[in-house]
Amino acid sequence: MGIPTGGSPRRAKGAYFLWVAVFCLLILGTVGSLYYATQKVDYVWRWYRVPQYFFYHESVEIRSELDGEVKAVATDGDQTRITVEGEGKSLGYQVPSKGLRVARGDRIYPGDVLGSFERWRVGILLQGLWVTLKVSLLAIIFGILLGLFAGLARISSNPALKWSAITYIELIRGSPLLVQIFIWYFVLGTVINTLLARQGMQQLPPLWFGVAALAFFAGAYVAEIVRSGIQSIHRGQMEAARSLGMSYPQAMVQVILPQALRRILPPLAGQFISLVKDSSLLGIIAIRELTKATREVVTTSLQPFELWFVCALLYLILTFGLSMFVQYLERRTAAA
Amino acid sequence: MIEVRNVSKIFYPPEPIQALNDVSCKIEPGEVVVIIGPSGSGKSTLLRCLNRLEYADAGHILIEGIEVLDPKTNINKVRTEVGMVFQSFNLFPHKTVVQNVMLAQRVVRKRSKEAARDKAMSLLDKVGIKEKANVYPDQLSGGQQQRVAIARALAMDPKVMLFDEPTSALDPEMIGEVLDVMKTLAREGMTMAVVTHEMGFAREVADRVIFMDHGAIVEVGPPEHFFTNPTHERTKLFLSQIL
Ligand SMILES: Nc1ncnc2c1ncn2[C@@H]1O[C@H](COP(=O)(O)OP(=O)(O)OP(=O)(O)O)[C@@H](O)[C@H]1O
Ligand SMILES: [Mg+2]
Repeated sequence: MGIPTGGSPRRAKGAYFLWVAVFCLLILGTVGSLYYATQKVDYVWRWYRVPQYFFYHESVEIRSELDGEVKAVATDGDQTRITVEGEGKSLGYQVPSKGLRVARGDRIYPGDVLGSFERWRVGILLQGLWVTLKVSLLAIIFGILLGLFAGLARISSNPALKWSAITYIELIRGSPLLVQIFIWYFVLGTVINTLLARQGMQQLPPLWFGVAALAFFAGAYVAEIVRSGIQSIHRGQMEAARSLGMSYPQAMVQVILPQALRRILPPLAGQFISLVKDSSLLGIIAIRELTKATREVVTTSLQPFELWFVCALLYLILTFGLSMFVQYLERRTAAA
Repeated sequence: MIEVRNVSKIFYPPEPIQALNDVSCKIEPGEVVVIIGPSGSGKSTLLRCLNRLEYADAGHILIEGIEVLDPKTNINKVRTEVGMVFQSFNLFPHKTVVQNVMLAQRVVRKRSKEAARDKAMSLLDKVGIKEKANVYPDQLSGGQQQRVAIARALAMDPKVMLFDEPTSALDPEMIGEVLDVMKTLAREGMTMAVVTHEMGFAREVADRVIFMDHGAIVEVGPPEHFFTNPTHERTKLFLSQIL
């Protein structure tokens, strides 16, 4: 049984294609008028400039440090070994045979190019994407652990556990994420790094505080999802498990949580999708994630229109991938 | 086996309800006791107090001499000795039938997988549902589910079995198959406390019948006396309504 649709099936079919056509026209119209508007403000689209921020070709030149002479050039397949002698020293250089620029006996001054080669490097956008992915995944993992723990504490009968959980959840949910990020970085970060410095230890990079802010933020929401998931399981399940002699933790792990997980997964997916998007705020504490990377590229390339669209598209790929993964998990737990 | 002395239980929200009022009774080893009474008379509460699913407010409950109401008692250990069967079956829906029967054996009794499976299969055979060992509970009829639930409780080798209206949620044609399993258990000498409205079962199997009303035990007696010649007015009234 589907949702009732007005009209007979045959008419509905013709109407269906009509509305598909309307949809396509709407999309084309929107894109077209946006393009037209940018033409009006004399914006020049240069999509060809975008790929270099994903990958770019870098040419590397190998230069001599000595003032002397090429003593030996030994080619071994792709690689060639150059030995330069001078100033009473002897130095060896490895260059790809194709890029060899000197021959035996050449007079060499410091800074002379002995050989060169080209290589692919990962551009800023791709680096930013990687940082976003890394931060999000770490925050999701710690967020799940925190949320599971806080959610269980929230329904515990122990007042210390219960009230701690409530305090944590309400504090986090009642304040803006941006403020929380500032507190993690500028307050807790300063304190922790100063204490570490006093002990003569290394400073923690901003990434850690960013992950902590996101994980604690997500954890509070995960806790509420976990709580309502557990409470949605009929209490007869817990009673049956306990009446068989299982302890509370055993009953939780064996009986309640596996059933709750199925109901928890869809809202959890939504939470993690917002977490990926929220990670765009971390740029303000010097973490070069995707949004910050895009801003940097925009200032150097002066192609903001293309780059911001690309940035949005990359987030879309991440969130779409995540929701596909969760759907896969849902199907697997449903089959079990 | 089980001794209940002066047990009281009050539920608070929203208004105080005296579910049990100074209840005392005894169940001897091998005895089958059937508890009857009108709705809300405290039958379930009494049964649930025995294995501390509800914590009684006052009195003593001794199971094999162990005080259930002592907070220091290892209640999980007591519960392995006291099997319970619920009105709504409460099978674990995420586990197959045989896994339902194996789970507590593995987790609580720490039996090996093979030993737990062997035990589970022989119990499923006993309750006549061996061929459904590998299906999930939602594919079973109510009567089949309840028989699995009995097998699950038996898997812990309990000394006592508590049944709280085991057939009340069943279609009439399935009541018989569950009662048959219970009769077999009774014949084998299992100590049982059964809350039920099945008077035929009470007459046939019970050693004693307890009639409860308003949280108190009104009358106790062997079934032949109980059904033919009740002493209390309220018992008479109840029996006239139900028979
Ligand atoms: N968890 C609870 N919270 C509040 N009141 C309860 C709770 N459990 C039972 N009661 C109340 O205690 C009284 C006794 O309930 P109990 O379930 O023991 O009756 P019963 O004899 O089993 O009735 P039934 O035949 O309907 O199952 C009832 O008035 C019931 O409303
Ligand atoms: Mg009841």
